Amino acid sequence: MIALLAADLPYWAQSLLRILGGLVAVLLPAGTIVYLFLFKMMSFMQSRLGPMEAGPYGSMQLFAEVGKWLQKEDITPARADRTIFKIAPLVVLASTFLLVAVVPFGPDAWFTNFEAGVFYLLAVSSVSVLGILMAGWSSANKYSLLGGLRAAGQLIAYELPMVLAVIGVIIQAGTMNLQGIVVAQNGGSMFGWNGLGNPYILTQFTGFIIFMIAVQAELTQTPFDMPIAESELVSGYMTEYSGFRFLTFFIAEFATAGVFSLIASVLFLGGWGVPFAWFDWKSIDDISDWMNVVGPLIMFTKMMVLAFVIMWVRFSYPRFREDQLQRFAWKVLIPISLVNIMITAILKVAF
Amino acid sequence: MTSTESLIDRRQLAYIASQAADARLNIELETEGMTLNIGPQHPATHGTLRIIAHLDGEQVVWAEPSCGYMHRGYEKLTEVRTYPQVTSLVNRIDWLGSFANEVPFILAAEKLMGIEAPPRAQWIRTILFELSRIANVSLFLGDLGVQLGAITPVFMAFRDREHVLNLIEATTGGRFHPNFDRIGGLKDDLPAGFIDETRAVMKTLRNFCTEIEDLLFGNEIFQSRTRGIGVIPKDIAMQYGLSGANARASGIDWDLRRDQSLPMAWDKVDWKVWTHPDGDSFARCWIRLQEVRESTRIVDQLLDNIPTGPIMAKVPRIIKVPEGEAWVSTENPLGEMGYYVVSKGDLGPFRTKIRSASFNNISIVPWILKGVYVPDIITILASLYFILGDIDR
Repeated sequence: MIALLAADLPYWAQSLLRILGGLVAVLLPAGTIVYLFLFKMMSFMQSRLGPMEAGPYGSMQLFAEVGKWLQKEDITPARADRTIFKIAPLVVLASTFLLVAVVPFGPDAWFTNFEAGVFYLLAVSSVSVLGILMAGWSSANKYSLLGGLRAAGQLIAYELPMVLAVIGVIIQAGTMNLQGIVVAQNGGSMFGWNGLGNPYILTQFTGFIIFMIAVQAELTQTPFDMPIAESELVSGYMTEYSGFRFLTFFIAEFATAGVFSLIASVLFLGGWGVPFAWFDWKSIDDISDWMNVVGPLIMFTKMMVLAFVIMWVRFSYPRFREDQLQRFAWKVLIPISLVNIMITAILKVAF
Repeated sequence: MTSTESLIDRRQLAYIASQAADARLNIELETEGMTLNIGPQHPATHGTLRIIAHLDGEQVVWAEPSCGYMHRGYEKLTEVRTYPQVTSLVNRIDWLGSFANEVPFILAAEKLMGIEAPPRAQWIRTILFELSRIANVSLFLGDLGVQLGAITPVFMAFRDREHVLNLIEATTGGRFHPNFDRIGGLKDDLPAGFIDETRAVMKTLRNFCTEIEDLLFGNEIFQSRTRGIGVIPKDIAMQYGLSGANARASGIDWDLRRDQSLPMAWDKVDWKVWTHPDGDSFARCWIRLQEVRESTRIVDQLLDNIPTGPIMAKVPRIIKVPEGEAWVSTENPLGEMGYYVVSKGDLGPFRTKIRSASFNNISIVPWILKGVYVPDIITILASLYFILGDIDR
C-alpha cells in the first residue's frame, strides 16, 4: 500500500488516484446517507415506504433524481450578483473536499498525513460559511439574505464549542495529527485496562456530545436548521438555486454530514483501527497491511452509525429559534466544554 | 375589559422600550428596515394569505395580513342557488372539516321552515360533525410540527386522519366534500358496521393524541418555541372577536356546543370544555389536542345510544323557505361559524352572510405580531390555525 500510494508511481498517477479516492470518499457516504437515511429510514419512521419504483426498493432513486436535476434549467435571478451566485455552491462543496483530505482511512491509506491535522480541519470547516454567505447575499432575495445571515451567525457560534470539545481529545492524545489520535486511541488504555484501547467516546463523553451537537449545527440539520427553514424562509440561502447548482448544495449538505461523521469517528470512536491489544501490536509499524483494506470498512461502519444518529435527531426534533440557539451555544455548550478541558488537563497531569 | 393597563401589557411595554433603543441605534448606524412579504405563496400560510411584515433585522415592526387572494364569492353564489344546492358550496369553506360547514346553514333553513330533524338524524349529524372536527384538528396537530421544523408528526397525522376520512367516506360517499346534510334530516342512514369501525378508529385517535403529546408537546424545544410566544390576554381576545380554541386558550370559557341549545346531540353526552389561563401559542395548541380527545369521547358516547327511527322529517318535495331571517352559529373546528340567512320565500336564499371563524381569528395578527421575531411569526400563525378557504370564503 505504501508502495502504491507513495513511492513507485509517477506524481500524476498519484494525484489521479488521490482525486479518485477523494471523490469516492465524499460521494459514496453522501449517496449512502441520502438513500439509506433520507429516503428509507425517514420513510419508515413516518409510516410510509419511500421511493419504491426506481430499481429494487428504490435503490436507483438517487440516480433518477440526479438525472432530473441535471436536466433542469440553470436559472440566475435577474438582479443577482452573477459571478458570486455561480461560485457559491462550489465553495460550499470545496470545503467538503478539503475536509476529507486529512482524514486517515488506514495505517497507510490517507490523502495527506498532516502534522496539525485537527487544526487544519477546524479551520477548513468554516470555509462553507463563506459559500453560504455568498449564496445568501448574491441571490437578491430577502429570504435568502435572512437565511445566509442566520447561517453565518450560527456557524460562527458553533465553531467555538466544536474547537473546545476537540481540545480535550488533543490533550488526551498529545498530538494534533489525526493518524496519531487514532493510534493513541487504539494503542492506549483506560486506567490500565487496554481491552478496548481508549476510545475517547468513553473518556471524553462530554466532549463527544458537545462535538455532535456542534456538528448538527454546522450541518444546519434540525434542530438547528434555521438557515434553510422551509416553513419560514423557504429553504433560505438555497431558495434561488435550481438544477445543477442546487444539486451541488444538496451533495455538499449530505457529503459534509458524511465527512463530519468520519471526523467524529476518528476523534472519538477510534477511527479505522481495532484495539491493538487484540493482535499484540505495539506501535503503528506492527500493524498488518490488511488494515488498509479493512480500515476503510470499519470507518464506513462507524460513519454510518454516527450519520444515523444525526439523521435520527433531524427527523424527530422541531427547530430552535435563532436567539435560543445562540444562547444555547454561549451559555451552555461553551462553559461546559471549558470545564471539560480543565478536568481533562488536570486528569492528564495527575495520571 | 377596557382598562388601559391590560391593553398595554408588559410585553408591549418592553417592545416599545426596545424600539426606542433601536431607534437611537439606527440613527447612529444608519440601518433601514426591510419589508418582507410573507406570502401569497409561502408554505406557512396554508394557501394564499399574504402577511406584509416590516422588519428591523429579524424583528417585526409592524405586520398586516392581506387576504382575498382566494375569494370565491360564496355569499353571492348562494343567492343563485336553491337551498339544497347551497351545502355543496359551503362545505368548501373550511375544507378540512367540511361537514361542519353544512350543519349551521341547514339548521338556519330548518329554523326558518319550523321543522326539526328526527332524533336519529340529530345523532348522526353530531357524530359526523365531531368526526370532521377530528379530521380537521388532527391535521393541525401534525402541521404544527412541520411549521416548527419537525417533519415526522405530519405523516402520523395523515396516517390516522385517513381512518376518519374513511369513516366519513363510508357514510357520505365523499372524503372531503360530503354534501350529506339535508333540510329535515340526512341523505342516508349509517352504513353497516359503522359503529364497530368507529369505536376502533376512536381508539386509534386517542393513541395518536398520546403519541403527539409525547413527540411534540413534551419536547423541550417545542415548549421553548411556543411557551410565552404570542400571548393574547383575555380582554384582547374578546375585543378582536376570537372564537373557538383561540378564545378558550385565553381563558374564555365559551363553547357554543354547550352554551346554546340546538337540535343536536351534544347536550346528551358528558364532555368537558377545556380552557387554559396562559393564552400563548402552547395553550392554543394544547387546547386543540384536548379537543380531539373530547371529540373522541363524544363520538364514543353517542355511538352507545343512537336512537332508532327515521332519518328524515316530513319536508315538501320542493323546498320553499318562508319569508324571514335566521341566524344560527355552531362551534366549528376553527371557531364560531354562523350563517345569517335572509329568505324572501323563494327557492333560494335572498342573502346569506357567512361568519367564518378564521377571518375574525386572523384580525388579531397586526396586534400580536408587533415586536416578535420572524420564526415566531410562523409559530403564532400556526397556533392561531386558520384555513384560507375559511378566511376568504
